[in-house]
Amino acid sequence: MSDKPRNPADDHASPQNPDNQVGLRRHSADAEHAAKLGGDIPPRPAPDQPSTPSQRRKGRHGVGLKETPSTGHEWDGITEYDNPMPRWWLWTFYATIVWALGYMVAYPAIPLVSQATQGLLGTNSRTAVAAEIDRFQQANAPVQAALVETDLAQIPSDPQLVSYATNAGGALYRTWCAQCHGAGAAGGPGYPNLLDDSWLWGGSLEDIHLTLQHGIRDPLDPDTRYSEMPRFGADGLLERAQILQVTDHVRSLSGLPHDAARAAEGAEVYADNCAACHMDDGSGDRGQGAPALNDQVWLYGSEPETLVRIISEGPYGVMPAWSARLSEAEIRALAVYVHGLGGGE
Amino acid sequence: MAILDKHKILEKNATLLLIFSFLVVTIGGLVQITPLFYLENTIEEVEGVRPYTPLELTGRDIYVREGCYVCHSQMIRPMRDEVERYGHYSLAAESMYDHPFQWGSKRTGPDLARVGSRYSDEWHIDHLRDPQSLVPESIMPKYGFLLDRVIRPDHIVERLRTDRTVGVPYDEEMLQNAVADFRTQADPFGDAAGLQARYPGAQLRNFDRQPQLTEMDALIAYLQVLGTMVDFSTFEPDPNR
Repeated sequence: MSDKPRNPADDHASPQNPDNQVGLRRHSADAEHAAKLGGDIPPRPAPDQPSTPSQRRKGRHGVGLKETPSTGHEWDGITEYDNPMPRWWLWTFYATIVWALGYMVAYPAIPLVSQATQGLLGTNSRTAVAAEIDRFQQANAPVQAALVETDLAQIPSDPQLVSYATNAGGALYRTWCAQCHGAGAAGGPGYPNLLDDSWLWGGSLEDIHLTLQHGIRDPLDPDTRYSEMPRFGADGLLERAQILQVTDHVRSLSGLPHDAARAAEGAEVYADNCAACHMDDGSGDRGQGAPALNDQVWLYGSEPETLVRIISEGPYGVMPAWSARLSEAEIRALAVYVHGLGGGE
Repeated sequence: MAILDKHKILEKNATLLLIFSFLVVTIGGLVQITPLFYLENTIEEVEGVRPYTPLELTGRDIYVREGCYVCHSQMIRPMRDEVERYGHYSLAAESMYDHPFQWGSKRTGPDLARVGSRYSDEWHIDHLRDPQSLVPESIMPKYGFLLDRVIRPDHIVERLRTDRTVGVPYDEEMLQNAVADFRTQADPFGDAAGLQARYPGAQLRNFDRQPQLTEMDALIAYLQVLGTMVDFSTFEPDPNR
């Protein structure tokens, strides 16, 4: 910092300082402009008094100068313009009112003493859905009648019926069957795979049709397919050791790893208790829904603990009968569809 | 207009504005809601609808507690695709004893209005324990823990009484037998005839295949009754509704 007194010519506002010339000229221009603008603004009316425009000039927005009236509302010196609603908005609003009036006349609307006005169009969701369902039933009636009348064995040789049954059966499958047998029909533990050629109760069209009609172990259908494997462990028919032996024997039938000594002991238990239904060689019996034990297809699983559980507690798989829920044409369509999945015989 | 000029009084008094807003909403609500209570074509008497049994009601509380309604609706709309997939469209009377109702329009899972008697109890147990074992593409969570949670009818009388205060016609006999009915529905040696007389069409069996009474029993009992109360083979839809 210097101790010399300041030279007035060095001051930032001084006109004597040539460096200030540009700034000072701008300041004076701004002041002049502000004065000019101030003269144009009309004196503000008393607060809360709507002002009227002093003048209106014709012309496009932005070209002609037009003063917008005030609503007369004022908050801390800020006033509110009284701009009109956009025309397109206003007319859309009016149009919706007109539409609503027409709608009230045409459709159920105004509540009266005992019921609401029903509308000139007479629309009703209940009759509408009934008519819609009826329309499709009418359209499908001829082919469904043909499906029911044709002998089951003859259906595969009629391309039109097969085409309809495959599509209709596919839709029915996804509605009613996929929850257990899977969307791709590959089944799951306890729910049979429908793609392979290992069938519990038979894979011919007639057998599939019968299974669909009456189900398996369905308590509500007197004609249901029925058989019951004994609960060898739970009911005390076999000792724990015998169950373990027969488990190894069953695993030996399909060539799974097993304890050879125990399997040999289990052979006698198997012959006495299991062979009547599952056959001596484990090939099973479709007449009573006894699965083959000598193949690689396992309904519940082939692990020793799973086999012990099934032998002890007995499987009791239930398939519902469909004749009470689906029409004969629908059941036949499903039978054709399932038969055509790959395992049909 | 003179009355509109006075609007400033309302706008400048918050309490007054609140009172008048409430009045306006009240009038609007009354106009919309009141007719529904007396119009003949909004009240449909349907044969067969009965209050839930104590066990079903408990299952319903579990259904609500677990948030099943977040993904499953219970309302089949009158459209061909829904009727063909789920069954007869839902009637208002079918949820007359539901407090609160379980309608809805968001279906992450399928509609459950008519799931009753559609699947076996075993299917429900398998599916609730591990949905993906049956439906690999399912995103439903697992509910196997319901099998381990034993339930007791400690508050079932109060529960029924609560529903009675909001209009569910549980009578004195039902209240007196509530505890017994709660156990009887899953017990083959209980007073089955009495339960059937009080709740016609109630299904009695051991729903979860376990000796003890668990939340799984209650939930499956509830699921198995859904949509089965009305016999649609004799139901004549009134077209004027």
